Amino acid sequence: MSESSSEIRDIELTVNVAKRRGKAEPRLLLVDFLRHELGLTGTHVGCEHGVCGACTVMFNGHSARACLLFAAQANGADIVTVEGLANPDGSLNVLQEAFREHHGLQCGFCTPGMLITLTEHLRDNPDTTEEEMRVALSGNLCRCTGYEAIVEAGLDAARQLRDAGKERA
Amino acid sequence: MGMKFFGASVKRKEDPALLLGKGRFVDDLAMPGMLHAAFVRSQHAHAMIKSVDAAEARKLPGVVAVLTQADLPEPMRDRTLPLYVPHPAIKQIHMPAPLAKDEVRFVGEPIAIVVASSRYIAEDAANMVVVDYEPLPASVDARDAILPGAALAHKGAPSNIATQTPIKIGDTDAAFAKAAHVFREQFHLHRGGPFFIECRGLIASWNAATEQLDVIASSQGSHRFKRTFVDLLDLDDNQVRVVTNDVGGGFGPKGSFYVEYAAVAAASMATRLPVKWIEDRAENFVSTQQERDQHWDVEIAVDENAKLLGLRGKLVHDAGAYMTWGLVLPWIAATSVIGPYVLPAFQLELIVAFTNKITCTPVRGAGRPQGCFVMERMMDRVARELRIDRAEVRRRNFIKPEQMPYKVGLIFRDGRPVTYDSGDYPKAQALAIEQSGYEGFSARKAAALARGKYIGVGLSNAVEGTGLGPYEGATVRISTSGKVVVFTGATPQGQGHKTTLAQVAADHLGVDFADVSVVTADTGTIPFGMGTFASRTAVNAGSSVHLAAIEVAEKAKKIASELLEASPDDLEIKDGGVEVRGVPGMRKTFRELAYNAVGLYGFSMKGDRDPGLEATSYFKPEQSTYANSTHVAEVEVDIETGEVKVTSVLVNHDCGRVINPLIVHGQVVGGVAHGVGNAIFERLMFSAEGQPVTTTFADYLLPGATDMPRVTVTHTETPSPLNPIGVKGAGEGGTIAVIAAIASAIEDALSPFGARIAEMPVSPERVLELIAAGKARAPV
Repeated sequence: MSESSSEIRDIELTVNVAKRRGKAEPRLLLVDFLRHELGLTGTHVGCEHGVCGACTVMFNGHSARACLLFAAQANGADIVTVEGLANPDGSLNVLQEAFREHHGLQCGFCTPGMLITLTEHLRDNPDTTEEEMRVALSGNLCRCTGYEAIVEAGLDAARQLRDAGKERA
Repeated sequence: MGMKFFGASVKRKEDPALLLGKGRFVDDLAMPGMLHAAFVRSQHAHAMIKSVDAAEARKLPGVVAVLTQADLPEPMRDRTLPLYVPHPAIKQIHMPAPLAKDEVRFVGEPIAIVVASSRYIAEDAANMVVVDYEPLPASVDARDAILPGAALAHKGAPSNIATQTPIKIGDTDAAFAKAAHVFREQFHLHRGGPFFIECRGLIASWNAATEQLDVIASSQGSHRFKRTFVDLLDLDDNQVRVVTNDVGGGFGPKGSFYVEYAAVAAASMATRLPVKWIEDRAENFVSTQQERDQHWDVEIAVDENAKLLGLRGKLVHDAGAYMTWGLVLPWIAATSVIGPYVLPAFQLELIVAFTNKITCTPVRGAGRPQGCFVMERMMDRVARELRIDRAEVRRRNFIKPEQMPYKVGLIFRDGRPVTYDSGDYPKAQALAIEQSGYEGFSARKAAALARGKYIGVGLSNAVEGTGLGPYEGATVRISTSGKVVVFTGATPQGQGHKTTLAQVAADHLGVDFADVSVVTADTGTIPFGMGTFASRTAVNAGSSVHLAAIEVAEKAKKIASELLEASPDDLEIKDGGVEVRGVPGMRKTFRELAYNAVGLYGFSMKGDRDPGLEATSYFKPEQSTYANSTHVAEVEVDIETGEVKVTSVLVNHDCGRVINPLIVHGQVVGGVAHGVGNAIFERLMFSAEGQPVTTTFADYLLPGATDMPRVTVTHTETPSPLNPIGVKGAGEGGTIAVIAAIASAIEDALSPFGARIAEMPVSPERVLELIAAGKARAPV
């Protein structure tokens, strides 16, 4: 609880391909570190007990709950947040555009977690099915959409990514 | 103008920022010097506060202030929150104070606010504040609360009864006397909540030099918040500005002003620094308002042909500790019982009870799901007893389209008689049946049963009062940039108002949708507003944008006619300007016209024009407009575990003209998900002492992606005659009737066990109890 400097840790990590540094006391949650120390407010806090998935980030290549990790655990880690998903020119990537096309978001608060979860799922399961996608999304709560449009967006993105892969091959 | 955008599935303006992580939710914003707040909350459902000792908390490094009730500024200190909706039938009212003075009435009620340099420290300090309580007996179950000698929710109150009043149509005694059949049921609609994923929050900044309070809140109505701050602090209109940016879901309870907001403003005034408070989920479960929680005991009277003669009974509504929205919930519930059916006689004794639980205020549906549940369950009862198909019983009782407008015979929550303006209920059900698997389901059911599977189908109908008044305004302005800006008090939380309102404006002004910006919920931009609740924004704000845009177009033509020396009749709005029809060169751009409309420094204003190429309209609906829906749900019940799986839902929805089909579809499907939660998952529970026992998402289950079936939505478009764009509200129709449809489907699936569903949600435990009881009655 003290702010004594001896307890403050220097944290160095990679976020969205950039090297970042910040300071964190041992109990500081990773999500609070990202949001308030690094100013990356795209990752959201929905429940702080690891159920809702709004805080999901990519942590060393795997989706993880940033509300269940301490910032100190991320020292040296490679993290991707929603801010790192866009195309290099800043435009919406295939998945993001599919969300827009299919109305996969309403209030948009759960969306960053949904996008990260699906980014991982599509990377690991390019031939995913609706059922697999719903299971993948079962750790992310959305109160607005009823999930259907999110699933449709995910399936559409999967299709587009497969097609793009074929073209390249 | 031709309609290019109205009616089109335009992609939303809101999306790119939200998808890129560039949303502006309250907790995404920071102010220089900003402090962070945490609350000390009551640990007891009911207690006297003997003392509050914050001495240790104040010493903690990083703590800037701890405020108790005695530390609040005048005049807020001795005030309570205002009653939003007074009603003559309220005989006892209790309203919350910004911080509890000497008595706490629910677990979670704020007692003190701590502000510190970080939220972490504020929470540490809040835990160090010592509150000495003298616990009092708590009123927990509304049915007990209304009995003589019950523990009182408010010490010294004459009773727990806020209201006891009859609601009546016709002569129920006569109706029951001539009935061929009378059936009685008791229903309990359990408590649920909004459970938006973004919890509540605000930043309050008191500027001591200018004596101004600036608030950024996660809300459903900036103007309501402003008025409440003005009331609590006796400030002038110019001293408070409330802005609502992105909101992570509202579903009703973000429309309320909460005591925490007053305390945060007080903390900013005390520290002269901006103060942010973001509710965490643990607080959310004990302080954000909740709903449903009603006990019904009703009898239905029908003739030998299953035609409704009357319905009578009692509704006990649990208000919780306070009643900020008056009788809105029980009143809507009571008047929603009738639904799409001809009900000649109705008598309901409405009793509203205070309990030591969180206050109940509207949550998606706002009483309508309960009223619908009761009538639809009774319809099923009649069908079962008289061995008539469930759809047929309803068919025999529908209000017919030729009876529109149909006077139900009750006064609605909007103060006007319940008068259904339009709708074709028989057609809605017929379409739903035709498009779903309702017909022929019995064969599927028998085949499934032969394989040991228990499946069921259910249906339900609802009529929904939407678009409630008094108004929502819009200023439509063509600025000197030549682009269009719309300002409105509507306060969206995901409904896409910035998109739909731009669609309405763009058509009238002949501009591209991309050239219309919509500014919502900033009290600095439009003087009056009501906010977004009761599926009212498309009707109210949509109509206002429509009317104001037409006026702006006329004004543009008038100015152009002067400049071009042409008759306004020869002019047309085209591509961001006004031109002489058929003469493309003879043209003034909106930019030129807007400049002209502002006037020239020192010169007289031309004509008799008010300055600015703008118009403001406050559309005032004469009454609610009534949307309707039919839901058909299918379920499969695992009789070993009691698990219910909703396997399909079809909704035939009629919300009048549809501005954006993509958005309306999303509203309906999302609403269905909320209803699935209400039907089989979501139940807030309290101990006998009033302690909340469902306080995490592990105890209180929201529907997840694997719990939701595909939802088929079909539309019947019956334009409303009550507003110029023919729309009705779409935000709640997905939720209201699906709960009853799922209950009906579960009952159907469990028909081999003779089970009756009289509550929601239906938990696996309850399913197993029903199966066991059925087996005991008639061993399978």
